[in-house]
Amino acid sequence: MSADKPPFEYSCPVPASADTVQLDHGGGGQLAHQLLHEVILPRFANEIAASGHDSAMLDLRNPRVAFTTDSFVVNPLEFPGGDIGKLAVFGTVNDLLMAGALPRHISCSLIIEEGLPLAVLRRILQSMATAAGEAGVTIVTGDTKVVERGHGDGLFINTAGIGERIGEIVIAPQSIRAGDCILLSGDIARHGIAVLAQREGMRFDAPVDSDCASLLPAVSALLDENIEVHCLRDATRGGLATILLELAEISGLCFAIDEERIPVADAVRGACELLGLDPLYIANEGCFVAIVPAAQAERALAVMRAHSVSEQSVLIGQVSEGAPALMLNAATGTRRQLRRLTGQPLPRIC
Amino acid sequence: MKHVDDYRAPERIKKLAAAIAQRQTRPCVLMEVCGGQTHSIVRHSLEQLLPESLELVHGPGCPVCVTAAQTIDNAIALAQLPDVTLCSFGDMLRVPGTATSLQHARAAGADVRMVYSPLDALALARANPDRRIVFFAVGFETTAPATALAVAQAAAQRLENFSLLVSHFLVPPAMRAILEAPDNRVQGFLAPGHVCAITGEQDYDALARQYHVPIVITGFEPVDILQGILHCVEQLERGEAVLENQYRRVVQGDGNPTAFRLVHEIFEVADQQWRGIGSIPVSGLRLTEAYHRYDAATLLPATHINVKSTHSGCISGEILRGLRKPTQCPHFGRECSPQQPLGAPMVSSEGACAAYYHYR
Repeated sequence: MSADKPPFEYSCPVPASADTVQLDHGGGGQLAHQLLHEVILPRFANEIAASGHDSAMLDLRNPRVAFTTDSFVVNPLEFPGGDIGKLAVFGTVNDLLMAGALPRHISCSLIIEEGLPLAVLRRILQSMATAAGEAGVTIVTGDTKVVERGHGDGLFINTAGIGERIGEIVIAPQSIRAGDCILLSGDIARHGIAVLAQREGMRFDAPVDSDCASLLPAVSALLDENIEVHCLRDATRGGLATILLELAEISGLCFAIDEERIPVADAVRGACELLGLDPLYIANEGCFVAIVPAAQAERALAVMRAHSVSEQSVLIGQVSEGAPALMLNAATGTRRQLRRLTGQPLPRIC
Repeated sequence: MKHVDDYRAPERIKKLAAAIAQRQTRPCVLMEVCGGQTHSIVRHSLEQLLPESLELVHGPGCPVCVTAAQTIDNAIALAQLPDVTLCSFGDMLRVPGTATSLQHARAAGADVRMVYSPLDALALARANPDRRIVFFAVGFETTAPATALAVAQAAAQRLENFSLLVSHFLVPPAMRAILEAPDNRVQGFLAPGHVCAITGEQDYDALARQYHVPIVITGFEPVDILQGILHCVEQLERGEAVLENQYRRVVQGDGNPTAFRLVHEIFEVADQQWRGIGSIPVSGLRLTEAYHRYDAATLLPATHINVKSTHSGCISGEILRGLRKPTQCPHFGRECSPQQPLGAPMVSSEGACAAYYHYR
């Protein structure tokens, strides 16, 4: 079956209103067929997806695989620096990379609210295709459902991904050791602030773009250069403080970071001041932490800085023996413990 | 960000902390009145830089903390009416009333919306003529002008589906109540800078003279707060008790007369219930007779009876008057946490207990 053309001509007229998604687009009938073959598959063109089978048939040479899944409910669907499609691809790709796995294939499940403009859907699917190309993954399987107006929020996307683990080292929180250095790949809090600003109609002197990006260049360079990476973690939901606290708790070690070394763009800092938010707890979508032995920290930084996604990489702190906690050192010489945030300061940002 | 960075510069902070330590010769207890100041003190770990014999106690200036449980019960009862949309600032949603919170009421189906300004609620009223939009107006002299403006605009636009559940508080009567309490320990105040930006200096000058207590109108950044503390310490060391204004870059002597006039056109001063403290004379605002039709309390069903507050074990009254610190509460961090607050100071980021919980 060709991905480009329906295999036969329809005799029954297609209902009018071809510019928005209808309930019938999810019904398994004619409109559903059209949506799949005219809107979705052409953009994700690859042999596995086009095979028309119930499952994607994969041939992985490497038996050591990583598998992950994530759902995306961001509101608004499009925001400065990205959209829900790009987020859904890079989010899953980055989760695979954080396990030291090279992303290979992902799935794409769409839950569409009746009335979503088809033009928006096309743009988002195109964005997914572009992101998949950039990250070197194929979108090999998927599903489409349509829910009644008022029962969704435009579009929800779920992606799952499979990656191949390369090298023998185990990149995981359990590999973290006392004495390790904590490296951060870039400035923080841009994604959360960009989405919030778009949603609430706020304007800043310097516009804030989401940092939504594939971390493939940075992570594959670290692995290629044989840096002994102990752990990787992208600073997504909950922000830098939350993910570091999780790593401290899992590894049973004390993490200390220096406040003045953590880069935050001026416009982001200004927005956080204005809104009473702490950038340490704001989500990122293209920024990660690498925990490496102290002896390799300088070399790892140089490798990371050679790629644009991580050109601002900095050493922000150290891991030591001690009660599992995250400590923040201030330039005044004071020190305080960072804890989990309560409540949801910024709902629906990924 | 330069306007903030100058007031967070580590060198200035260290220098001021050293000056305070050098100047102070005897123990003293100072109160920062505003929850924003409390938040800044705890977030920037300023107490670590101060001499042990200088004790900071955290005052009643957190609107979420002082709003009476019965008022929150009223808000929930209003939100449960089928044609009412209740609008509130985000922090108010999580504060427990006597039985439940607005957040729980929303999960159970009540129409509760979070807004950033009373003018957002006004816009909702214009866009939804078939619904009654109630704005839960909380806060001190700082938020009252925006509430007053919303009422003035509703009147000008003849919007009949907009009303207020008013829970506005005034700071000087609360400071007076603290000073008059027989167990008062406070020897000097950092007065709330943003409140004074509206009201001006006059009431605070009168308090300083009448009670012979140093009062320094103070800002919110680390350098502001340390300067405020230094001025208080210097006055105590010299045996003086006058009003000083550390926050001149924001606070004018006569405040903001336009905002002040608008507030007093729409509202009049009334006695007010403070959570954990009780009723304080002339410490609140209510709508004047001319604007009574904007009082959401008239929408409350006749069957709605306020439950008498059951004691949760929260010692917020002692915390808000500076008699005890959050960590001296037997429930702190055990039965009481931001996820499961027994009382309001554990809810808002300006609440002393929540600030201690997050930043210590």
